[in-house]
Amino acid sequence: MIDNWPILSIVTFMPLAGVLFLLMIRGDEITVAQNSRYVALWVSSFTFLVSLPLLIAFDSAAVGYQFQEKGNWLAGTGIGYHMGVDGISMPFVMLSTFLMPLSILASWKAITHRVREYMIAFLVLETMMVGMFVSLDMLMFYLFFEAVLIPMFLIIGVWGGPRRVYAAFKFFLYTLFGSVLMLICMLAMYIDAGTTNIPGITTHQFADSMQTWLFLGFLASFAVKVPMWPVHTWLPDAHVEAPTAGSMILAGVLLKMGGYGFLRFSLPMFPLASEFFAPLIFTLSIIAVIYTSLVALAQSDMKKMIAYSSVAHMGFVTIGIFTMTEQGIAGAMFQMISHGLVSAALFFSVGVVYDRLHTREISAYGGVATVMPRYAVFFMFMMLASVGLPGTSGFVGEMLVLVGAWHASSWVAFFTATGLVLGATYMLWLYRRVMFGAIISDEVKAMEPMHVREYSIFLPLSALVLLFGVYPMAVLDVMSVSIQFVLDGLSASGLSILAAK
Amino acid sequence: MYALIVFLPLFGALIAGFLSLYQRDRAAEVITISGLLLSLSLSLIAFANVGIGGVPETVNLGRWISSGGFVANWSLRFDTLTVVMLIVVTGVSSMVHIYSVGYMSHDIARARFMSYLSLFTFAMLMLVTADNLVQMFFGWEGVGVASYLLIGFWYKKESAHAAAMKAFVVNRVGDFGFALGILAVYALFGSIQFDDIFAQSSSFAATNLNFLGYNLPALEVAGILLFIGAMGKSAQLGLHTWLPDAMEGPTPVSALIHAATMVTAGVFMICRLSPMLEYAPFALDVITVIGALTAIFAATIGMTQFDIKRVIAYSTCSQLGYMFFAAGVSAYPAAMFHLTTHAFFKALLFLGAGSVIHAMSDEQDLRNMGGIWKKVPVTYVMMWIGSLALAGFPFFAGYYSKDMILEAAYAAHSVPASIAFWLGCAAAFLTAFYSWRLLIMAFHGVPRASAETMAHVHESPRVMTLPLLALAVGAVFAGWLGYELFVGTDMKQFWGESIFILPTNTAMENAHHVPAWVKTLPVVLAAAGVGFAVLFYGLMTSIPAKIAALLRPLYLLFFNKWYFDELYDAVFVRPAVRIGTFLWQRGDQDTIDGFGPDGISVFVYRLSGVLSRIQTGFLFHYAFAMLIGVVVMVTWYYFRFMRA
Repeated sequence: MIDNWPILSIVTFMPLAGVLFLLMIRGDEITVAQNSRYVALWVSSFTFLVSLPLLIAFDSAAVGYQFQEKGNWLAGTGIGYHMGVDGISMPFVMLSTFLMPLSILASWKAITHRVREYMIAFLVLETMMVGMFVSLDMLMFYLFFEAVLIPMFLIIGVWGGPRRVYAAFKFFLYTLFGSVLMLICMLAMYIDAGTTNIPGITTHQFADSMQTWLFLGFLASFAVKVPMWPVHTWLPDAHVEAPTAGSMILAGVLLKMGGYGFLRFSLPMFPLASEFFAPLIFTLSIIAVIYTSLVALAQSDMKKMIAYSSVAHMGFVTIGIFTMTEQGIAGAMFQMISHGLVSAALFFSVGVVYDRLHTREISAYGGVATVMPRYAVFFMFMMLASVGLPGTSGFVGEMLVLVGAWHASSWVAFFTATGLVLGATYMLWLYRRVMFGAIISDEVKAMEPMHVREYSIFLPLSALVLLFGVYPMAVLDVMSVSIQFVLDGLSASGLSILAAK
Repeated sequence: MYALIVFLPLFGALIAGFLSLYQRDRAAEVITISGLLLSLSLSLIAFANVGIGGVPETVNLGRWISSGGFVANWSLRFDTLTVVMLIVVTGVSSMVHIYSVGYMSHDIARARFMSYLSLFTFAMLMLVTADNLVQMFFGWEGVGVASYLLIGFWYKKESAHAAAMKAFVVNRVGDFGFALGILAVYALFGSIQFDDIFAQSSSFAATNLNFLGYNLPALEVAGILLFIGAMGKSAQLGLHTWLPDAMEGPTPVSALIHAATMVTAGVFMICRLSPMLEYAPFALDVITVIGALTAIFAATIGMTQFDIKRVIAYSTCSQLGYMFFAAGVSAYPAAMFHLTTHAFFKALLFLGAGSVIHAMSDEQDLRNMGGIWKKVPVTYVMMWIGSLALAGFPFFAGYYSKDMILEAAYAAHSVPASIAFWLGCAAAFLTAFYSWRLLIMAFHGVPRASAETMAHVHESPRVMTLPLLALAVGAVFAGWLGYELFVGTDMKQFWGESIFILPTNTAMENAHHVPAWVKTLPVVLAAAGVGFAVLFYGLMTSIPAKIAALLRPLYLLFFNKWYFDELYDAVFVRPAVRIGTFLWQRGDQDTIDGFGPDGISVFVYRLSGVLSRIQTGFLFHYAFAMLIGVVVMVTWYYFRFMRA
């Protein structure tokens, strides 16, 4: 019976239904705020529960898309309502629904004005994110992909820090610039292929020269989202100004849209161009790894440092994808999932101390481990996961990407591996300056210990980071068939890299 | 059952970590120590079955990472090499656990300390039981983290957390090599399982591999990359700078991690990879030379330092050099033998030093000690035993193992091996010299501490001296007991397939047939070293200062540790931050944002300002502009179409 349920539509639009409940709340400001928090938490938790069957009933051995739904929409134009997930998109759907209730919990105390509107923005954001990952129609994908921008723009612009307007506009302009080029490419693809159906276009052969232009158009959009060097400068500003939960979702899910796009569009649809441009991607990604790691070292703002570290980590992702090897792509996927959990936890870690001291300046801290020993444990664990300690999820992705990178060229592997040293340096330095040492400020001395609410955010994240570090097959098994499918498509198009295998 | 050896310390660590949240220190001590003692007993059984009985075993625990052909399983490998390490690790670790009960008795976070110690032991056991390179890397990084946590245990001290971070980052530089080595091995063998690698090594002896654009012999590249990892962990020349600073950790930590076990992981790794490295002669030569240079280099620093723990730390560094050059000349059994005996006597020396520090109210400077030997008789005797074993006096543990290494180096008859032999002999002289310098300065002569400190000098409690006794037994008898098994007549049968030596590499066999002077020279040099130390520091105490003044540049070079820290600080640390700041401000802010979003928005803003100025609102301005427009258009139309 459950097979017949439009489960993807339910998961996608349930948060939007929750928005209706939020609009119905009446009462004075405090009542509305408190009720909005609970409604948003319940809706997002329930959405997560409803998304669980995706995980349980997913058939890892099956090729192609599962839980497919097709509806009549703009019949006769080749455009339609089409949803489905495979091993590449399903983990992202789960990541989104998993992180959303945690983010809402993280905003519990930090957001005190316009709480209802804030929660509405988050629930709309969830619908857009999930919808983007499950869309199997290019037009739908585009609508969701762009619509994600709007709630995030508002979250930064309304509930952000002092320079929130600058950051919000920078974020918006950067991403919109890329999207315009992508839209033009999509139109060209529609004209050429006669459909916007993603599985249909994947089998369509675009002419060589056309692939080049299409690839570059999509690259403009995805590179901004990842973000790749040199279009990354919106990210530190956006993170610094965004509220804690906004950063968690931004780093946890939104950055993965670019990597997902590469795997869903660039690689399968423009294989020849992907191979042609792979060296360019490697170069930009290696610059990202080394350059942003060094920049991270120079930061005095905690959030900015973690934001720059995100750029470096996402550099691993783009390298992995364009190695076009099984390990490389699996590593990139795994790195995205892992980074989704770890960076969300790290941004939350900053949020925990920010809520107490209202500053993100590293120099304002020092000796926090003495007053918050349990917080020190969680922060330490996530810090180590971020530097890729084996036994945490951070290691598996990096290792597999490196294996793929060596296959592409030992130079790529060599430069990518420098990230191991640089990453450890800035993260340990951050931890050292914030957590260790003698307490120098009275404000630090007066910091409260962790609340139950904060534990309930850290614990699930830590559990998954540990689980995926010790038993990564839980994720790798889900992805392997779909990755193999992408690779088969690449080798069918006669790429020389794969022929060399 | 064998799996319990590895996992009991993990359970202990987790329970103790949990107990530390509720300040249940005593319970944490009981649980971790019983876990370790049980693990030690099981290790002894494993040693009897696998080492003496000759039945290797592998315990499969499940899949870990598998993607395409890249497969790494959770799997525990128990062969002779492993069980030797098991005895060393669980033996020293359980003694250090017990000793810590006394040493840390005044600390407020004892449960946390015990938890870290057990966590370290678990990671170390994972390292030595690894069945593939990636699992070894798991243990490798795991001990690194435990070491980081323990060095920084007193995290309120600036110097402690600075040292902790330094240790982690320098080790990461080595791990960079290790990781690339794993990749090279996988690219070559298509597997990272030890069995697959070893089975195919001979057939890849002549294969080349493209590394960074150069076509190089594949096994040499893989071997040297992996050795870079070993250099980091075992503090070999160039990547040694973290080890002396690591002495910021509590002394039991120095004994366990930075003397007996973790730092020997590199030696273990090289021995483990012997079936592969035997086909990489150049890599072995590199190992020999680096090891020999480290042995002498660290000894020169050791004789000038005044911190009691740093002297022993440099001594450790130097002894690790011996082990490496032994492995480099294909005398892996000798390297493992020295690793084992060294674990006992170096742990003994460190714990003894800890006992001295404890007695002297946390004083570590040798210049403020002296004249206490009657007040701490047990510790004094223990330090003597440790020093005799370290200097290699006949019938103590170090005598058998260190002489074996020097004999093997002599018997190898190659240029790198000869360098190693002579540098090793010189280092043997210096070893004895700095050991007795330490003994005399710490225990003899006029007391140089304050009267108050001297009044408090006391022998350590039984819980600290008993572990010392146990280790002293090892330091006295380990060499004599282990000789035949490790490097003597039973050698081949004992090591079985866990160590592989090419028949053409005969250093190990010929070591037993070297000229008599080779056998006696180290002992003579050691005796001379003791003699000089007694002369300089016991009888004519003005000599050291005179020599230091006479050879001032050389003395400063040694005393300042050959300026490695200053060099790295100038070349890597400070430029990294400077480059980072430059890239951030000039790159991100000025260039990318300047020409990107900010630049464009400023441009649009200015442009609109200019354009809006045109809209003056005066009618005659617009009329005038219109007139000009008409003139221009008419002129253009005329020239374009009418003239033709």
